[in-house]
Amino acid sequence: MDQPALEVAGLVKRYGGLTAVDGISFRVAPASVLALLGPNGAGKTSTVEICEGFRRPDGGTVRVLGLDPRDRALRPRVGVMPQAGGAYPGLRAGEMLRLVASYSAHPLDPGDLLDRLALTDVQGTAYRRLSGGQQQRLSLAMAVVGRPELVFLDEPTAGLDPQARRATWELVRALRADGVTVVLTTHLMDEAEQLADHVVVIDHGRVVGAGTVDDLTRTEAAGQLRFRATPGLAVHQLAAALPTGTTVGEAPAGQYVVTGTVDPQLLAAVTAWCAGNGVLAEDLRVETRTLEDVFLELTGTELRP
Amino acid sequence: MTAWQPGALAPQPGAAPTGRMLAAQTAAELKLMLRNGEQVLLTLVIPLGLLVVLTVVDVITVPTGRDRVGFFVPGVIALAVMSAAFTGQAIAVGFERQYGVLKRLGATPLPRWVLLTAKTLAVLAVELVQLVLIAVVGLLLGWQPQGSPVAVVALVVLGTAAFSGLGLLLGGTLRGLTTLAAANLVWFVLLVLGGVLFPLSAFGGAQTVLMLLPTAALSHGLREVLQDGGGVPAGDLLVLACWAAVGLAGASRLFRWE
Repeated sequence: MDQPALEVAGLVKRYGGLTAVDGISFRVAPASVLALLGPNGAGKTSTVEICEGFRRPDGGTVRVLGLDPRDRALRPRVGVMPQAGGAYPGLRAGEMLRLVASYSAHPLDPGDLLDRLALTDVQGTAYRRLSGGQQQRLSLAMAVVGRPELVFLDEPTAGLDPQARRATWELVRALRADGVTVVLTTHLMDEAEQLADHVVVIDHGRVVGAGTVDDLTRTEAAGQLRFRATPGLAVHQLAAALPTGTTVGEAPAGQYVVTGTVDPQLLAAVTAWCAGNGVLAEDLRVETRTLEDVFLELTGTELRP
Repeated sequence: MTAWQPGALAPQPGAAPTGRMLAAQTAAELKLMLRNGEQVLLTLVIPLGLLVVLTVVDVITVPTGRDRVGFFVPGVIALAVMSAAFTGQAIAVGFERQYGVLKRLGATPLPRWVLLTAKTLAVLAVELVQLVLIAVVGLLLGWQPQGSPVAVVALVVLGTAAFSGLGLLLGGTLRGLTTLAAANLVWFVLLVLGGVLFPLSAFGGAQTVLMLLPTAALSHGLREVLQDGGGVPAGDLLVLACWAAVGLAGASRLFRWE
């Protein structure tokens, strides 16, 4: 990749005896969306807050747009949405957004932004009287109003209703399409699946999985291939035509499962056998795991405090 | 809802000109102060109320040979400056830290010195309103000010610097509710011991120590000028300058933004 928009290498952060971030490394390409996915307390917010310049790391390096995260020159170039708060309780929603817009040379139109995030009706309401979801959306608006190159969104859709979540997702997609790099934290699988080019799964302060959603969810060893066809095919003959170690079963009638190492060769061998035997395989699909399966596999099913 | 136009969000980063940031921030700080009921009570209603009540009702004996309004106007000005620059500022900053406002603003192009300058300008604007109202009410009560306005301005400006430094030190280091309690307690103690209500001579031998309190220095200095027509009260200005140095140095060293 060209110079990454964000580069984190060997990051360590300790709070007293607790190591919250324990050697995290990842890179984010410009104009892409990276999701930091992890259970509560995994170290996502600590990682992001170091990248935002709010906290100093105890080890490792972070480069944001090629600069030290605490460099003042980054402030106009980076937008930040903290996990909670961050507005004058006594200012009205519209006043707060216009105030933040006034810090930037070429801000977005605050009125349009309020409109798109369905905040127009409450722009005259004091921040402290907004609902949690309204405060979240205002915070998102404040993060992007200055037209930054890179945006950090810490749990941007926590507590949002489905409509607001969609509006947030649309904004993230539009940012990416316009060349803005987005780094977001979430514990929502569908959010990562919907938005992220790359996912970094964090648990106990370490990276436990990383890659595109496809990389992470692709079944590798002992995968399954399923298809539907007329009942009563000679499954033994099919198995014999496939690499050793591959098994074929039919259950229920007409539903076939091929279990083995799923790769392009296996798929070709199955379809070749079907073609040779005049079988039309319907609904042929490679079984993949959902991101949630991967997530639980990587982070366990234990409840987090 | 129409879709985002391609390019509508294309990056175009840049900080606004400093003057624009300062103007917007000062307006916001001022709005917040005037909108906050407790702040208005503290900075305007209580000082003006005390001025009227203490002048009209003979509950506190002023030193012999002094007219009541001439004694209380300087004290109430000192109280007003303390309320706006110290108590109000400390409480606001304490809660702003607690609500993550200052942390958030630290991630924007707004420089910290612009934020602090805006807060100071807002305090000075409120003080201007206070001084005008106190002067008007005082004149209606028969106040006859003496002395040089320049000395008054010097005292108020140094007093503001001292109280702002102490307010930022308090609000910048303690939690919101702790700041609220501490700032109100200090306000009350200084109201009683700072020469606002009672002449310091009422405290006998403790007077020499109490003279070193910022409120006492400000009220005493203002009385020397406004009531006695004295020149520049160098001793009181020196006390205020020391408090300003201590407060501002402490605040700049210990202030935490979150």
